[in-house]
Amino acid sequence: MTTLTHLQRLEAESIHILREVVAEADRPVMLYSIGKDSAVMLHLARKAFYPAPPPFPLLHVDTTWKFRDMYEMRERMAAELGMELLVYQNPEAKALGINPFDHGSQIHTDMWKTQGLKQALDLYGFDAAFGGARRDEEKSRAKERIFSFRTAQHQWDPKNQRPELWHLYNGRKNKGESIRVFPISNWTELDVWQYIHRENIPIVPLYFAAERPVVDRDGTLIMVDDERMPLRPGETPMLKKVRFRTLGCYPLSGAVESEADTLTAIIQEMLLTRTSERQGRMIDHDTAASMEKKKQEGYF
Amino acid sequence: MAHVSDLIASDIDAYLAQHERKSLLRFITCGSVDDGKSTVIGRLLYDSKMLFEDQLAAMEADSRKWGTQGGDIDFALLVDGLAAEREQGITIDVAYRFFSTDRRKFIVADTPGHEQYTRNMITGASTADVAVILIDARKGVLTQTRRHSYLVRLIGIRKVVLAINKMDLVDFSQDTFTRIDADYRAFAAQIGLTDITSIPLSGLKGDNMTAPSERTPWYHGPTLMGFLESCEIDETRLQDAPFRFPVQWVNRPNLDFRGFCGPVAGGRIRPGDRVRVQPSGRQSRVARIVAYGGDLPEAVAGQSVTLTLDDEVDISRGDVISAADAPAEVADQFECTLVWMADEPMLPGRQYLLKLGTRTVTATITEPKYKVNVNTLEHLAAKTLELNEIGVCNIALDRPVAFDAYEVNRDTGGFILIDRLTSGTVGAGMLHFALRRAHNIHLQHMDVDKTARAAIKGQQPTVLWFTGLSGAGKSTIANLVEQKLLALGHHSYLLDGDNVRHGLNKDLGFTDADRVENVRRVAEVAKLMVDAGLIVLTAFISPFRSERALARGLLDEGEFIEVHVDTPLDVAESRDVKGLYKKARRGELKNFTGIDSPYEAPESPELRVNTVECDADQAADRVIERLRQLGRIG
Repeated sequence: MTTLTHLQRLEAESIHILREVVAEADRPVMLYSIGKDSAVMLHLARKAFYPAPPPFPLLHVDTTWKFRDMYEMRERMAAELGMELLVYQNPEAKALGINPFDHGSQIHTDMWKTQGLKQALDLYGFDAAFGGARRDEEKSRAKERIFSFRTAQHQWDPKNQRPELWHLYNGRKNKGESIRVFPISNWTELDVWQYIHRENIPIVPLYFAAERPVVDRDGTLIMVDDERMPLRPGETPMLKKVRFRTLGCYPLSGAVESEADTLTAIIQEMLLTRTSERQGRMIDHDTAASMEKKKQEGYF
Repeated sequence: MAHVSDLIASDIDAYLAQHERKSLLRFITCGSVDDGKSTVIGRLLYDSKMLFEDQLAAMEADSRKWGTQGGDIDFALLVDGLAAEREQGITIDVAYRFFSTDRRKFIVADTPGHEQYTRNMITGASTADVAVILIDARKGVLTQTRRHSYLVRLIGIRKVVLAINKMDLVDFSQDTFTRIDADYRAFAAQIGLTDITSIPLSGLKGDNMTAPSERTPWYHGPTLMGFLESCEIDETRLQDAPFRFPVQWVNRPNLDFRGFCGPVAGGRIRPGDRVRVQPSGRQSRVARIVAYGGDLPEAVAGQSVTLTLDDEVDISRGDVISAADAPAEVADQFECTLVWMADEPMLPGRQYLLKLGTRTVTATITEPKYKVNVNTLEHLAAKTLELNEIGVCNIALDRPVAFDAYEVNRDTGGFILIDRLTSGTVGAGMLHFALRRAHNIHLQHMDVDKTARAAIKGQQPTVLWFTGLSGAGKSTIANLVEQKLLALGHHSYLLDGDNVRHGLNKDLGFTDADRVENVRRVAEVAKLMVDAGLIVLTAFISPFRSERALARGLLDEGEFIEVHVDTPLDVAESRDVKGLYKKARRGELKNFTGIDSPYEAPESPELRVNTVECDADQAADRVIERLRQLGRIG
């Protein structure tokens, strides 16, 4: 008998999901956020359709406020994989100059990400979008299906989800409906890191500790990634050896001081620390049950 | 998330090497809030050190706000998900939890214990290797315990942990434990569950959760975590089964490569193995197992792979590649167990979509042979299945599929049913066996065909399907249209309540199920008449979209013309030619469309007329004009 490891079983499930969507959807797309979960999802897509390239484009819903390292990574991956890369920036947010400093994280996230995503999906007519969300990230995710249906207004109704039995996914949509599909739903943060390690998957250098210019904002270390960051009176960036556990817009991503500059050191550090990854992601702290609320509004 | 392992600090590479080899166990927990189920799961997460400090802090804050344990940490809050639920203090759906120890990764399906139970539990259990059934030690084996066990057995889980919880409330009494264990085994044997491990627990206090409790010195079995970490996973059985490979996707990046992608649903496969493509029956050999990073020498059940074959065989999504010497059965009629999961009841005779593996076909279901009372396991007579009901039915597909009995292989024997209109998943089924008559029905080929019959009449055979409320004017308009067609030299026939209800359908009443059957028969008759080359007019209320869709589906492109006689309810009711509305309003007539039974108006009929804006004769002229526009008559 061959005993499959947990990573083999997770990989097989994810590949199955990716293929099922491609077979049944009219116009699938993969949301590419450039973080480690996206990296794993993209790698799985490569495996699922090898030797062909994945038969769908990548979509990056951009906020213009990502780390520079992330933009570099995005261009590199698209070129290497020979996949079409679509970058969408909400024109309204652009015109209004929405940013986290003047408008706060809630408006910033809603305008650039939630509204931007809806606009992009409508613009291109995508009927199925892969996302790299995991059920262990957050309580409301734990109840979300792998195939998550959205109304024409992109709303999620947690009380009206289709049962998912065995490995059978019902991909049929009503007019105007679209699906968000989460192929790595059943992976945990540790699984993701172990898989990156096993498969040698390239990730953004920001995950590794290095000397970076940061300021301390209300107990959170924020990296001064470009000149747009307004410094408060008396504030000067200090060089600290830091890394990031999750990546998003640089003004909203908290750095942690760390010496971990190799993959194994990162995993070691993660296993030894006792704070969960979302703590570095500031959008969750705004209101109780905020993720669930965002999802109902159409956030991924 | 510190796993209690010194290796992390001392030798992370060795730790990773060890942990990449962990296996995966999926299990389901069954029980109600009162059994302390959430507390047990919360405790497993807590004890496996899967909680982060910020989560713990949040949980302590939540415990003060929502908790039921005084000031103590309420483990149950760990597994409560949505805000709506927290406010109501209930869980509403299937939630998946994850934890891992040094030996295994676990996925827990957690399902609530109230009225939606059957649907949720079947969903959660469908991917589980083990079921943990919770019992309150003070209460023993209850009706719900029997219901959970029946569902566990039905979905094919072979391994059961009987978690006898709240032992702290019965002073860790060995007698209590032994009595409950014996009661349960006696019941379980009746339904065919034999692999049972009973464990005395206190989820709240932690006894026998991860470490043997000093308060149960008489118990020598495994702890709950110990059992979950070491029990055998059902992989051997599936890998020893015959090879099955439902084709998901044909990968054709260029003319030289043609790969078949799919999951290995049973058995194992190596290059050189002989295979049979089903249902076509063509044979070939596996050439390569293609994978990113290099071809594989072998693939086993549970993996997702890409195969290439020696020969150019025509294979598409939905076909099954099987071991040539042990192929799956191929049939189009089956007996099955059906679990109904939608608010709308199952309607015998209605067409549903059935997805089995990667194949989606059209299916119709017969009246249930019986339904099962999940509390008493009695078999009851039934005409239909309601939400959360389970029954045994026959099912007929519009084309043959390859399958195995569900008992042999969940992936090639389990299916879902999809409503054609709402697209919702309305049922889940488990195939038992093929019905013999499926092999005996052959379609007879006829030389004189529809085209020939239509040509001699100089017309395009067509169905004019009039739909609308009672009293809308359907029959009146249809009669006028038929007169006009005759005058134009066309061959037609009008089917309406008068000539159908009194003959062919006189055994049918007006319940939803009978209305479906009524329309189905009319549609089938209309189809035969179209085959005979006629222009058929039907005048029935036909209130349900799905039945009209069925009728449309029976015919070829362009042959079905839906005419919505769109007279408003108040107008139709004020006419009340037959006095039916008055009767219905007085409650003397049940299931009357528009009064206590819905009318689902067509979304895009070929023609919409009403008898308010014009008279019946003008409406009939518009129908004739539309027939001309659509090229059905000259």
